[in-house]
Amino acid sequence: MTGTYLGMPAFPQAARDAVRDPVLRGNLRHATHTIRAKRARAVGELSDWAELREAGRRIKDHTLRHLDRYLVQLEESVTAAGGTVHWAADAGEANRIVARLVKETGESEVVKVKSMATQEIGLNEALEAEGIRAYETDLAELIVQLGRDRPSHILVPAIHLNRGEIRDVFRSEMGAWGRPAPEDLTDAPAELAEAARLHLREKFLRAKVAVSGANFMVAETGTLVVVESEGNGRMCLTLPQTLISVVGIEKVVPTWRDLEVFLQTLPRSSTAERMNPYTSMWTGTTDEDGPRAFHLVLLDNGRTDTLADQVGRQALRCIRCSACLNVCPVYERAGGHAYGSVYPGPIGAILSPQLRGTGSEIDASLPYASSLCGACYEVCPVAIDIPEVLVHLRERVVEGGPAVRQGNKVVLRPARGHAAERAAMRAARWVFARPGALRAGQRLASRTRRLHPRALPGPGRAWSGTRDLPAVPPEPFRDWWQRTNGGKDGTE
Amino acid sequence: MSSRDRVLGRVRRALADVTPDDRPYEEAVRRDYLREHGGPTARRTVELLAENLADYRAIVHRSGASELPSLIARLLAARDAGPVVVPSGLDEGWLAAADVTRIPDRAESTPADLDRAGSVVTACAVAIAETGTIVLDGSPDQGRRRISLVPDHHICVVRVPDQVVSSVPQALERLDPARPLTWISGPSATSDIELDRVEGVHGPRTLEVILLG
Ligand code: SF4
Repeated sequence: MTGTYLGMPAFPQAARDAVRDPVLRGNLRHATHTIRAKRARAVGELSDWAELREAGRRIKDHTLRHLDRYLVQLEESVTAAGGTVHWAADAGEANRIVARLVKETGESEVVKVKSMATQEIGLNEALEAEGIRAYETDLAELIVQLGRDRPSHILVPAIHLNRGEIRDVFRSEMGAWGRPAPEDLTDAPAELAEAARLHLREKFLRAKVAVSGANFMVAETGTLVVVESEGNGRMCLTLPQTLISVVGIEKVVPTWRDLEVFLQTLPRSSTAERMNPYTSMWTGTTDEDGPRAFHLVLLDNGRTDTLADQVGRQALRCIRCSACLNVCPVYERAGGHAYGSVYPGPIGAILSPQLRGTGSEIDASLPYASSLCGACYEVCPVAIDIPEVLVHLRERVVEGGPAVRQGNKVVLRPARGHAAERAAMRAARWVFARPGALRAGQRLASRTRRLHPRALPGPGRAWSGTRDLPAVPPEPFRDWWQRTNGGKDGTE
Repeated sequence: MSSRDRVLGRVRRALADVTPDDRPYEEAVRRDYLREHGGPTARRTVELLAENLADYRAIVHRSGASELPSLIARLLAARDAGPVVVPSGLDEGWLAAADVTRIPDRAESTPADLDRAGSVVTACAVAIAETGTIVLDGSPDQGRRRISLVPDHHICVVRVPDQVVSSVPQALERLDPARPLTWISGPSATSDIELDRVEGVHGPRTLEVILLG
């Protein structure tokens, strides 16, 4: 997808580095546990959560099933409202379109609001090569950009840095990009936020071109929706004269009314709030309010290949809330960078190998970066059965078989005996060696015991040939111990 | 072949296994969720709005029509933050008692002009009690989107109970997608530093909501 991640070590090597870093581990544990508890409270406030989740699943499935129809309708609506629609089959094409649109304005810099899609295609680097500087404006993205780092969480990309580290990055790097940080900057979060406010304000006030993504696009009305917290999104969406939005084709929903589901489930699942501070909705251009030119770049880049997979296509329902990261015992221990893509955690483990294919070591090992505990499925607001897709992808890695790559039918070779298989097995072993990660995995395994073969599928099978896979007991020992008070209360 | 045709062609081939479903959309997607949670009385809805606004650190005031000008004058004087941006269709009377320099909301103003303002006063289109949200739709009494963004202090007047709904679904029914919409739930905030919520990054750091009724 992007040059940034090429040459990434496969999951287990990268994860091992994370585990050795005590600061990173502490940051991750604190962050994921805090947000997990808050999310549970926010979701608990809605008595109809299960129904909202089911409606979200159905809306997305229905849309995917008729995706061609809704994309054409979206194009018509956006065009009728004064926007221009572009289509990009892959990352390179999307980058070329954006670079051309920026050049046509005569500008050489753009402000950006956080967007997974533009990270996925490596837009900043592509613009840089064309002499265009892209400024990230989300606080966390700014931290990551200034620190020449990579994001490690969908929603809190700098989750791996603590306040002291952030202060150091601001002090040493801000000056090279614009207004420097104050000399006496401390590590108080309010002071750090103030430094970012001042640093970015001059950029917002002079910006002529902005690049964004979008959380939703409404086919019926042509409306785009951006959900955010800081106000940098609003700055980018309203102050510049030209707005370019790069959005994956799976982000379309059929009707205006569909937003009533996702605007309830997304904020509560992601930031654990009843509602995020700011949501912007715009339909084409408006006379004398906001950008005069609006371009929508519709991005495929592996999405239609994913759509062709009957089991894997459910990953396209994802609304990027990051709830699955925050509950994942493997993510908590391995950290976001181990996933080698802009999409970390459980969703990354099923999305990256589908968008990019399973050819590389990192992508072949990702489906094994899980204990299949099922916590991700339980919190997912669009009910993506991540464990089901993981098992399916494991089979694909090991057995090979038919798939679609760049729109063409191909037959994948089995990974057996190749480096990819060794990487996958190392990932599996890494997970099996983590008692915490495995504990949760055991619990689910016993719940679904009748569905489990005595041998693991895929490389697990080869592996269980040499080291016997114990049969899954009806109830894991640990659970039995806790439930029965160590066997003392005489129940079974 | 154009990229448009290429992408649409890939979508159609990817869906070759899917049987067509020609039911109308309303039937294809069942919606068993609630239209609102609890269905409280109009008075309780306004209370809930006030609670949820305050929970996300908006400052909430209540006012009758006659005290409104003096309340707004007081809030602006207390900030002493410089000129006030005024949307073209704002009720003349609201600022009658305020002794402040006004900056009209004009198309030709630059963002830098707006940056000199300290405060902005607007009305709103609708407010949502369950989430503590106010929504602006760019009507003449609310102005262009940027005027409620660049100044550091935003005073927003909500007519209660008429402009208040309970839930997100009810709010969407009232809103016109053709207008540019801004949903605001508390002041700008970030949790990007160790997940500590810090108020105020780029949007107004102080949001004051006046419940008028
Ligand atoms: S897979 Fe589900 S839980 Fe994970 S980010 Fe996507 S929508 Fe959220």
